[in-house]
Formats: sequence, structure tokens, C-alpha cells
Amino acid sequence: MRRLALAAALAILGTVPWWIGGTYYINIASQILFYAIFALGVNVLAGYAGLVSLGHAGLFGIAAYAGARIMNDGHGQLVVAAGALGVTLLVSAAFAVLALRGTGLGFVMITVALGQIVWGVAYRWISITNGDNGIAIRGRPSPLGLSLTTPASFYWATFVVFLLAVGSMAVFVASPFGASVRGTRDQPLRMNALGYHVWMIRFLAFLFSGFWSGVAGLLYLYYNQFVSPQAVALTASAEALLMVIAGGTATLLGPIAGAALVVVVKNVASAYIERWNFVLGAIFVVIVVFMPEGLVPGTVRRWRRALAALRPRPTAAG
Amino acid sequence: MAVKVRRREFLAGAAGAAVTASLAFPAIAQPKPVRIGLLTVKTGPLAAGGIQMEQGTIRFLKDRNHNLAGRKVELVVADTGGNPAGTKTKTQELVERDNVDMIFGPLAAFELLAITDYTAQAKMPVLSLAAAEDMTQRRPNPYFVRASGTSAQYMHPLADYAAKELKFKRVITIADDFAFGHEQMAGFQRVFEDAGGRVVKKLWPPLVTPDYTPYIAQIGGVDAVVQGFAGSNPLKFMKQYQDQGLKLPVLGGGPAGDEALLKSYGDEAVGMISVSAYTGDLDTPSNKRLIDGMVKDYGNIPGLYSAGLYINGMVAEAALEKTGGKTDDREAFNRALRSVSLVDTPRGPFTFDHFGNVVGTFYIRRTERKGDKLVNTTIKTYPKVSQFWTYDEKWFLAQPVYSRDYPPLKS
Repeated sequence: MRRLALAAALAILGTVPWWIGGTYYINIASQILFYAIFALGVNVLAGYAGLVSLGHAGLFGIAAYAGARIMNDGHGQLVVAAGALGVTLLVSAAFAVLALRGTGLGFVMITVALGQIVWGVAYRWISITNGDNGIAIRGRPSPLGLSLTTPASFYWATFVVFLLAVGSMAVFVASPFGASVRGTRDQPLRMNALGYHVWMIRFLAFLFSGFWSGVAGLLYLYYNQFVSPQAVALTASAEALLMVIAGGTATLLGPIAGAALVVVVKNVASAYIERWNFVLGAIFVVIVVFMPEGLVPGTVRRWRRALAALRPRPTAAG
Repeated sequence: MAVKVRRREFLAGAAGAAVTASLAFPAIAQPKPVRIGLLTVKTGPLAAGGIQMEQGTIRFLKDRNHNLAGRKVELVVADTGGNPAGTKTKTQELVERDNVDMIFGPLAAFELLAITDYTAQAKMPVLSLAAAEDMTQRRPNPYFVRASGTSAQYMHPLADYAAKELKFKRVITIADDFAFGHEQMAGFQRVFEDAGGRVVKKLWPPLVTPDYTPYIAQIGGVDAVVQGFAGSNPLKFMKQYQDQGLKLPVLGGGPAGDEALLKSYGDEAVGMISVSAYTGDLDTPSNKRLIDGMVKDYGNIPGLYSAGLYINGMVAEAALEKTGGKTDDREAFNRALRSVSLVDTPRGPFTFDHFGNVVGTFYIRRTERKGDKLVNTTIKTYPKVSQFWTYDEKWFLAQPVYSRDYPPLKS
């Protein structure tokens, strides 16, 4: 049953360009996928490790900026991808060392500050980042000789990366390492007493999270062929966190659903509803009131309850 | 309403949208309408200007009864949210889903720069107010038309006026710390210094700052202050400037003395000298029609943004008349857009150069109090101003683009 559902989901997602009707919607689907990768990355920390980061757009943006710079220096696509992700990992490590001095509110504030530093650099270090005019790149890469210029081909490439991201998340969650990350969230003192190196576990989780944020940032760059300081702004970090919280923290499907929700309301619903910010806000309020655990776990819970209600109950007389 | 509800089902399943979209516009036995896509900002900090852009466009279409060169016109408005990624997505929506024939907007330079490569690939004519210099200089887009002007195009005549008519020798500039501010002040500096003046200090407060006091405290020992603020920042600056008791004359760029801001200014703005591509006191029939219409519909006099979009509408109309209402041949329509030459517009006569940038009149105005209202009174007009001012185009383009540090301060 589960396998069947999985196969069906894969078939539906894999054939999006054929049935969705129009390149515009294919592009929206591509955006959902790379924002979902970003949200999955944020979820590693915010969900499984219990460390809420408001600076992840910084990592997302660094990958995009590094990719753009390396590409415009005339390097090949492999160098671009490796370089951008390498830079992102290095910066993630630096961020982690600084931010992991605190947990809870302290961690949030340090990540906000770090994210704002990245924004400041993007905005003010004009010789490197071109300031608020941003950096444009010429064209998308063509891995293995396949051109990604058409919306459909870009969607499939993003889809492959997305599957890798989801797969790595599934492995991570099921692994002993994933269990130890959850352990540091729920019982850090006990984990410490058991001999686990809590700091190192969190550090590695931060790197894992930063890596996928960077991958998403690189896809964002390839998609838009442009990056500017708005991509690393605090609102972008908050939006990623909202995706995770709305969809369901510490779940595999939650961030994906959250990303789909935000991207669709922002881009599609805004064409019909002038006050789309209000709609997005109202949706979040509804989620928080009726499904405080998030869209995906909340729906599952309500679905189970509905099923249970349908089942014939033993009558009082019997 | 039925359409709206059905369309919102897209949230559940996208496939239906394509079907409903075709239901929404039933085929009528007449030439299909010209579709204009408007990229504007209706949410967030840039929304004030963005909403005026929409008003100007709607006002123009009403004036023409939604009919240009014998074809019906449909307007599709898209809210970019004022960020580049949103602008890109909305542009794709207009081009790929709504099949528009041309795009008006976007508002901000960083939005325009995010879509310029894409629109050029799609051969989509773009008529924007965004003032980024390089869009019509070192990084031109063959499908781009700008009837307003570059950042510095406004400031060149102001600098000329300051040096030659006002005989100012030394000034301090202060502007928002982003590309538009940098380009404006750099343009002012080049012309002012070439005319014998000297910019002694350039101040750059952040775009979002509640308090200009520490910057205003650095002003002194000069003949005048040049401010290049945008949005609602000119209001904040002028108020604090007066509160600190400074009496030096103030010169302002296009957004600083914008007609749409005048109702929000108090006496602190009286005496400010500003430059603009559009001025409310220009006596042309089309400007009168624009002002009357805006006052009637929205209760506000038009400013740069609404007048700018009204003028874009006139450019599109003139181009459609040249092609006999045809837009199918994008190349031909684009050529027609760039060869437009108008005389009676709200900003006076203008043509386009070979980059698609305006060559037109710029106005130096003094803000004065008339009764209980502030008005701008034109004190000098500079006709046929090119983006290269009086410089040689080749020489101009060989220089670096105007920026925060170029031209450098003379020490």
C-alpha cells in the first residue's frame, strides 16, 4: 500500500510537464521543488535538531552568489557547482561554530545576525556582489550534455535533485545519526551523560542542513539566472521557516507541502487576489488553530479520526 | 465571480486552470484584443509608487475607452511584491500564460535587471520607468523602451542649473544608499564639476533609516545640499532638515519633488528646487486631461509614476498606430515603439535614442506655496536632453557606470 502510494506520487511528479498545461505552471512546479529542498534543509535544524535558524537564506544566497561569481569568471559548470557548494559548506561550518554557542533564543538571534551580515555584504560590498543591482548569469548549465534551457528539462533536473534530497533525508531520519540528532533535541543532558558529543552532532546536522540549503540556492540561481540581496534578506529566511512550520516540523513531507503552499499562494493566488499576503497569513492562522503540528501531520491525524468515526462502533446495548 | 472561484481551485489541481482561462475570455468575432501586462508593486514598502503606476495605466486606458488603434485593449496587472524573484515569476506568468503583447513596468531597477535577459529572449517589449543606467547603456536590451529617463539623466540638467544659474560652487550630496541614489549623485557630480563646481562630501544613509540626524549634522560650509531620496524618504529628510534649523538651499532629484508627494509636505519643502521629467504645471492638453482624470478618479494629482505610465500608454498607442494595430510581428512592433516621436504628452515632446532611451524635456521647478497647497513652478526647461547629456556617446560609454565611488571625490 505504502509502496503503491509512493510509486503513484513519483509517477505524478515525474510527469508534471506533460499534464500541468503550460510552461508557466511547469516553472511554478520547479520553484516548488527547489524551495522544498531548501525547506527540507531548514527542517534538519528546525525540526529534528530543535534549533530554529533565521539565517538560512544567508546560506541559500551564498551558494547562489558564489555560483554566479564563479560562472561569470568563466569556469565550467562542474567547478561552479562544486565551488558554490564548497563555499556554502565552509560558511555553514563558520556559522555553526558561532551559532552553536547558544541554543533556543540565543541560537535564533545569532543566526539572525549572521544572516544579516550576509545580506549586508550582498548589499554593500559592491565590487563583489554588484550591490542591489545583483548579478546575472548567462544561461543554465547542461549536465551530461543535456540542455536545461526549456522549462520541462529544468523541471526534470530539479526533480532528480529533489529526489536525492528526499532520499538523503529519509536515510538521515532512519539512521542512528538521525536518532542522535533527535536525541540532542529532546534530551541534550541525557545524551551528554550517555557519552554522545552533543555539540559535534549539532555541528554535523548544521552542515547537512547548510549543504541542502546551498543546493537549493544553486538551483535558484540556475532558475532565475539572477541573484540579488533580496534572496538573502531576513524575510527569505522567515519564509523558509514558515514553510517548515506550516507543513509540519520534523516530518519528511511537511516541508514539501509547506513549500508548495507558500509558492502557490505567492505566485498563483496573487494573480487573482490582491491581498494575497492576507490570504497567506489567514492560512497560517488556520493551520496554527486547527493543526498546530503542521499541515501534513495534522491532516493525517484528522484523516485517522475521520476513519475511526466511520468504523461501526460497538453499541451500548451489545 | 464564478470564474474567480473556479480559478482558485487551481490550488487543488492545476490542470483545470488552462480550461477555465479559455472560458474566461469567450471568443468574439473581432480582432483579438491587445494585451498589456503591468508589472507593479502593490504590497510591501514600494507599494505607494506601484499603485500610482496602476492608476496611471488605468486612467490612460479609460481616456482611450480601452481602444488603441482600432483594437480593444486588455490590461493584466501582476503584483511582483517588490522582489526580483517574484518579478521573474510574474513576468513568466504574463508572457507564457497570459500571452501579453507588451509589458509596462516594473517599478524598481533591481526588478528590471532580474528580468531583462528573459524578456529579451522572449522578444517581449518592456516599457519601464526603472532608471538603471546600464539598461540603455552598457547592457542594452533591444526590446526595452524607457520614456522617463535614466537616474543621472534627471541630475545632469539640475547640476547645470546649480552651477550656471544659481552659481553654486560647493555642495554636499545626500541620497539613499542604493544604486538609484548612487547613479543620481554621480551624474550630478560629473556635470557640476565639469561646470566648475565641487562636490565636497557625499553622504549615504541606509535606505531604511528612521533618523537622518547624524547625517544632517555633517552638513555645513557649502552653498547647497543635493538630496536624491526616493519613496517617502524625501519627506522624512526635509522634515528633519528643517527641525535641525538648517537654512542652506536644497536641490532634489525626480522623486524628491514629485507632485504626488506635495500634499504630504509642509512648509519645509517651500523653496526646494527639483528636477523632473514630468511637471504638473506643464500646459499641454494631454497633461490637463491626465490631471483632471486623476483628480476625478482618485482625488490625487498625478506624479512621476502615474504620469510615467500614462505616457507609456501613449507610446504604445503611437506604435500601434504605426503598425496598423498589429503586434504579431514583435520585431516590427518593437521598431515602431522605438521610433515613436510625440509632441503633446504630459511631459512635453520627446523621441527615443538608438538604445530606446528617451530624449526629451526636463524641468527645473521651485516648490512654492499657493494658498493652502504646495505647487511646483517651472523656472527653467531643458529641451531634448539625452542620457549622455552633452558628452560624446562613445566617450560616455567608455567610462565606468556611475556608482557610489565613481566619479571619485576630488581631494
